[in-house]
This record gives sequence, structure tokens and C-alpha cells, in this order.
Amino acid sequence: MVKVFIYPINSLILADLVERFGHKPLTMMSQIREKVTSLSLDSPPINITPEDPKLGLKYAAIEVPAGVRGRMALIGPLIEQTEAAIIVENPPTDFGCVGCNRTNELTKYLIRSKGVPVLEVKYPDSDEEARDFVNKIAAFLESLPKEKTETEEKAKEEESAEKEDKE
Amino acid sequence: MTETKKEEITKYIVISSDKVLPSDAAMKIYESEFPVTVKETCFGLIVSGAKDDVQTVVEKIRQLDKNHIFVKDRGFPPGDERRCRASRGGGPRPGFHFLREEVGILPAIGAALDELEAKESIKEKGRTKCRLKASDLKKVIEEELAR
Repeated sequence: MVKVFIYPINSLILADLVERFGHKPLTMMSQIREKVTSLSLDSPPINITPEDPKLGLKYAAIEVPAGVRGRMALIGPLIEQTEAAIIVENPPTDFGCVGCNRTNELTKYLIRSKGVPVLEVKYPDSDEEARDFVNKIAAFLESLPKEKTETEEKAKEEESAEKEDKE
Repeated sequence: MTETKKEEITKYIVISSDKVLPSDAAMKIYESEFPVTVKETCFGLIVSGAKDDVQTVVEKIRQLDKNHIFVKDRGFPPGDERRCRASRGGGPRPGFHFLREEVGILPAIGAALDELEAKESIKEKGRTKCRLKASDLKKVIEEELAR
């Protein structure tokens, strides 16, 4: 199982495909979960602490807007864990946490310069393009090393037990 | 000593299937009797609870129509005041726009996954020549008529 960075970082399709082919997607949602369910944060909706932009300094200089540094405080740790990446160019919408183009440029630059295997595909607009999109991603993910996870093993064990019961 | 709390996670189950409705999937979860919170939405379900329970439930639901049911993590728990429309005066919640955009292309992605699976099963069967089965012919006819 490989930790795969996805861009757009909150994409349903990419997160699902990565998980479907037996790898772990690195997504913004997991970072957000840590932030919003942590007991130290008790003042919603302000869920960025003063420490976070300082963390972002590792990735962007002091004169870069605080928003970029704040976002990098969440995305940066994911980039450090990255073992492979899928970058989708021209996604039709970039809303919410991924709405900052400068952060996106910096994220893509850091990923490309990290030296991990990167797949760059275009966002599909038609059925034909969707087929190419899925085929390319599937081929890329299958080329990455795989190990069986505990949950898969449990599911298989359960399945075999159910079959035995039926027989 | 404080009791250690199990890690709680939330997942979106987005259903783009002709066979399974969000209500069917919700009923399946209720039947399974796992201690998870289920919220039915227009695009599918939000499932929240202990990590192991949620992962097991999600995998069971995915098996109902595996190429047309999509899953992703969610950061906020369901009904969280910072995201819930009820406490924000209505309108789509932040993050919904991108999800809606992706939901539009899910039928094409599902069809592509179906094709990929069909290709793989052909590869597994090997390239030996054999007669066309009646069931395969029936499938081809049905697909052509459905167009």
C-alpha cells in the first residue's frame, strides 16, 4: 500500500479510485478532521491556531500571504508523506479549501520536485475522456507496490467464513 | 486514568447507481446493526462512528453496486454547527459545490470502471477461443437495446 497524494486534494473521484485500487489517499479531509475534532479548538468557526501559519513558513516565505501559509500548514505534512501522486489538470471547480491558486501552484511544484512517481491527467469532459482517465489512473495505481491491509484480510476472512457457512 | 476514546470518522457514500437508492443503502446499514450514525442526503449517505465500524459498513454498502458507489472521507461530523445548513441560514454548505460537480461525472466514471472490470475478466479467462454463451449474448442485446 502506497500513500498517494491527490490533486484536487478533496476530490471524491480520486480518493475513491485510490482506495479502490488498494492504496491510501492523502486528502485534505483527514487533515481537517484532526483540526475540527481536536479538543484544543473550542472556538468555531476559527479553527486555525496561531501556530499553523508558522508551520506554513517551512513551505512559503514570510511575505507570502497568510492564507497560503495557513493552507500549507495543512497540505505540507501530506506532501512530506507522499510516495506517489496523481495530479488532475483543469478541474472545473476549485472551491473552499482548495480555492487558492497560489497554494495550488506551490503544492504542485513541491510534488513534482519531490521525485516521486507522478501521474498527470486532464479532468474528463466526456465519456471517452472518462474512460481514458480511469484507465490511466488504474494502470498507474496497479504499477505501484501493493501490500494487503488488515481490513482487506479481515473482509476476505469473513467472506470465506460466510461461504463455508452456506456450503 | 482517563478512558481512551475510539477514533471516530465520517465518510460520504455517494450513490450513482440505477439499482441502489440512498434509502436502500440506509436500510442495509440499519439491518447490519452496527453502532454508526447514518444521515441520508440527496446524493447518498453520511456515515459516522468508530473507525472499524464505519469501514466495515462502507465496504458492505460498496458491494451493493461496487462500480457505481463512491466513498470519500469527511472532515466534519454530520450536523456539525460550523457546516450544517440549519445553523447557517440555509444554502449549500461549503464544500458541496465541488461534490456536486463531481457527482455529475460519476455515471461516466462508473461506466469506465464497468468496462475496466469486463476487460480484466476477459484477461483472466485467457485468450482461448470458445463459443459465445447465451447469457453473454443476452447481455450484449440488452446493452444495445438500452442505448
